[in-house]
Amino acid sequence: MAAAPAAGGTVRGRGAISFQRKAAAGSRLAAVAGTRPSVRHGQLLLSSGLPSLDCVLGGGVAVGTLLLIEEDKYGLYSNLLFKYFLAEGVVCGHDLFVASAKEHPDNILKELPAPLLDDTYRNELAEEATAVKSEDFEDSMKIAWRYQNLPKMEASPTTSTKFGHYYDVSKTMSPELFQSIKWHSFYLPEELSLQPEVKTCNVNSAYARLLQSIQRIIYQEGFDGSDPQKKQKNILRIGIQSLGSMLWGDDICSSDTPEDIHSLTKFLYVLRGLLRKSLSACIITVPSHLIQNKAIMERVTNLSDMVVGLESFIGSERETNPLYKDYHGLVHVHQIPRLNSLICDVSDTKDLAFRLKRKLFTIEWVQDNYLRQERNIYPAGFSYLLKQKDSAWGEGSLQHSTFLMSFLAKATAFASRLVRHSEPHKQTGSGRIRQTAELRMWCYGHRQEAPGLLVIST
Amino acid sequence: MQEEMAETKLKSISELLTLIVNLPTAVAKHFSKCRVLWTPKIHQGMSLTAAKERGQLVFLEGLKSCLDLLFGEKEKQSGQPSPLQFISESASNLKALFDFVRTSVTPAGSESWKGPVLLVDDLSVLLSLGATPVAVLDFIHYCRVTVCSQLKGNIVVLVHSNEDSEDEENELVVNSLCHHSDLILWVEGLATGFCKDVHGQIKIIRRASLELTAEQDLVQIYQYKIQDKNVTFFARGLSAAVL
Repeated sequence: MAAAPAAGGTVRGRGAISFQRKAAAGSRLAAVAGTRPSVRHGQLLLSSGLPSLDCVLGGGVAVGTLLLIEEDKYGLYSNLLFKYFLAEGVVCGHDLFVASAKEHPDNILKELPAPLLDDTYRNELAEEATAVKSEDFEDSMKIAWRYQNLPKMEASPTTSTKFGHYYDVSKTMSPELFQSIKWHSFYLPEELSLQPEVKTCNVNSAYARLLQSIQRIIYQEGFDGSDPQKKQKNILRIGIQSLGSMLWGDDICSSDTPEDIHSLTKFLYVLRGLLRKSLSACIITVPSHLIQNKAIMERVTNLSDMVVGLESFIGSERETNPLYKDYHGLVHVHQIPRLNSLICDVSDTKDLAFRLKRKLFTIEWVQDNYLRQERNIYPAGFSYLLKQKDSAWGEGSLQHSTFLMSFLAKATAFASRLVRHSEPHKQTGSGRIRQTAELRMWCYGHRQEAPGLLVIST
Repeated sequence: MQEEMAETKLKSISELLTLIVNLPTAVAKHFSKCRVLWTPKIHQGMSLTAAKERGQLVFLEGLKSCLDLLFGEKEKQSGQPSPLQFISESASNLKALFDFVRTSVTPAGSESWKGPVLLVDDLSVLLSLGATPVAVLDFIHYCRVTVCSQLKGNIVVLVHSNEDSEDEENELVVNSLCHHSDLILWVEGLATGFCKDVHGQIKIIRRASLELTAEQDLVQIYQYKIQDKNVTFFARGLSAAVL
């Protein structure tokens, strides 16, 4: 298939580099609008609509893969990501397929966010930046010097006008942009009334209909390369909203022992087969917080290529926590694909949070000082010193750094001795002999209590 | 990154006829992975597509077979049920899959392949597709009888497992496989969390014997780092970053 790079009959022996770099296949297809080949594995990448999410996913959503979003509690932010994905499709000229059991796809498409064009978004971002600067001016001084050099999560907006766009959530997309877009919709209540019964193959009938519909569109529109007449290749972006919820006729969200726990997983398996065979990519939102049986979510995660979970702070105690005041929720990345290479593009930073800054939605690396304060690794007296305003012990000061270094050195030396020798906390007199000893085998794993005696253990 | 324990059982890969039943991944990806892991010391850079043409390699691509089953044309090939037909049937036994394996593995008249190797990529997916754990274990048992005992070959099985997994069916299959296998490669992430230089550790458990003797299983632990086309193994604590 065009989307999958050619395996080639290359023989790889030591010294003979007859090795077909997959990027060769990718560059032929770069002619498709809105895509770019990945440098690592040569697959064609699409933008997810959110440049910071593209960074997290290792460049973007690869063609033929499935992106699963675990919804936050009220579905607000996951819905936003869903719309970003579709909006990106409109801006790039891709075809869309929108499936929902809740809202009519026409209404979903009417509410897509408007793209920020080159000149306007720069002003927007400048506005945001100045607002942020004035609030955080004092905060930025407190960040320890060693953290300032670490990379920021956001992609720079200046160059990526062709791949990855920024959107304004407060405005909706104008209908002119839809003129040239071909889109297909699947609204479950309509489909159930129209079509006669379909062959279900032991899958929930709503899922079966959806699969039939997707397969039909892929085949008829030639996304799977079955139509050699079609010169101009295009991408199909599929969006499925709230899969697994009760509206799809599945009871995994409403009962501990659902009738059929395999429907959703079978659906995902077959869907992935369809995606792999065609020039398409799919985003699915799943209300995972409602699924009682956690085994299902584990299987769903294993069957998807990329899984990103959103956890919003609404209603939780973190909403009023000053540590998280700049953010609206956390981002958990549960799965990243390993396409055509043994390693995956995982970024080093693990603590990600998102925020909706008036108009722009971004995913950022949470500054480490939040976590440090939560876990409180400082000794008690030092924290007191640190909290005082304008103290000489503030972060970034020389006293602070030297204290930290000596404190940590002593602490790790102590801790490593503790771990190595399984010594108890208290240092008694007779223990001193063994303190500096080599690793010994303690009988029964406990330290021998022999006060006053020097016992040489074997 | 989530911790993932992949476990495979393997005696010693004795090559030649290999059958790969590959469930979730696409053909190209699997071929390239296999090609990479066979270092030139053991093989002269074997090409899997060439092997497939020779008839040495039989590859069942689960995704494709499933699509053919569900969306294929109505004409049914006589006497050739799809290997994955358990998906569409209510009876969840994997007999059709086993028949496929058996016909592919037993050498036909003219061929002289010896020592078949059956590689199953991801048994856990079979559970997601509706097979009961007992059916999966039966399938593996039948395969073992055919491949290991009758044809003196080897089986390599990959399963997924999580430490605090709530998937009881999966844990059942994993535990049962552990008990029956001669060699277990237990791959997991580091207990202390993510590390850039050491991606995880692999525990190699070699069963001394499957009978009740006093010998202990031999356990070796190595750590690894995955690079783009290669994996380097080293003893614990001796990664390149430290030395």
